[in-house]
Amino acid sequence: MNAQAIIRSIEEEQYKSDLPTIYVGDTVRVGVVIQEGGKERVQPYEGTVIAMRNGGINETITVRRIFQGVGVERVFLIHSPRVANIKIMRRGKVRRAKLYYLRDRVGKATRIKERFDRSK
Amino acid sequence: MSLGILGTKLGMTQVFDDTGKAIPVTVVQAGPCTITQVKTKETDGYSSVQIGYDEVAPKKLTKGELGHLAKSGASPLRHLREYRLEDVSSFELGQAVTADIFDEGQLVDVAGTSIGRGFAGFQKRHNFSRGPMSHGSKNHRAPGSIGAGTTPGRVYPGKRMAGHMGAVRKTIRKLQVVRVDGDRNLLLIKGAVPGKSGNLLSIVPANLVGRKG
Repeated sequence: MNAQAIIRSIEEEQYKSDLPTIYVGDTVRVGVVIQEGGKERVQPYEGTVIAMRNGGINETITVRRIFQGVGVERVFLIHSPRVANIKIMRRGKVRRAKLYYLRDRVGKATRIKERFDRSK
Repeated sequence: MSLGILGTKLGMTQVFDDTGKAIPVTVVQAGPCTITQVKTKETDGYSSVQIGYDEVAPKKLTKGELGHLAKSGASPLRHLREYRLEDVSSFELGQAVTADIFDEGQLVDVAGTSIGRGFAGFQKRHNFSRGPMSHGSKNHRAPGSIGAGTTPGRVYPGKRMAGHMGAVRKTIRKLQVVRVDGDRNLLLIKGAVPGKSGNLLSIVPANLVGRKG
């Protein structure tokens, strides 16, 4: 085995197989494992995927939501064990790979049109 | 001083630990090595163990090298390296050294040739500051003053200047072994190690100064 194949085999053990296909513009619910005083629980975080970064095992999504009037963006390493599950709530129709323009918009202007040709 | 192992840097990736943290690791092909010579105080004046690594075709080596390796019954090996040891009684010729000599969580020192950067200037080699790029400035990447004038009339030795950078042997100390794969002789070491992928590395248990006994 050459070097690349060995590294790939190490990474392959850690890939999650049950992840849905995520697109930019989707509304997702991410289950985040948090530890509180020795106990583990899964906290959901729902928002719009405004960016994706493909990097093999280092693949991330950036999820934006408005929480108590403040915009919050969280970057999830989707193959991490800290991310318990990802559920697609809604498929969005967008024409950009990065939706950073949503940061400058408030209220109704942040809506994303739904598309129905992709399965949830 | 303890026995180390020779290996090849394969590249970097990341693994997740028990708490779900992503840890950057370097994958190292460590061994299998063969003990090619055992030096003792009586025969050589000091005690050490020489190991060989990286099997090659016999035509790649000279007759002298092949003759030396034949003494231990080892196959033709490209790299030989000695490790000074206090006690060499437990080692014998032809014995295999594998990645299993390290445990998970152990601290190691990794030595190898760093990436060569050629003739490098002040900013890259010594982290000097750059001059202004605009407003009429002609001092962009120049060194500034390198010393006083007529007295002393010379530049002091050791003055940091432009020159060849990298491609020297560097040791990165106290890196943690994250995982040991005994079957494939792989070591996953936390953090970066010298050189590019394919670089020859020497991995030894960490030399902890002042914490012995």
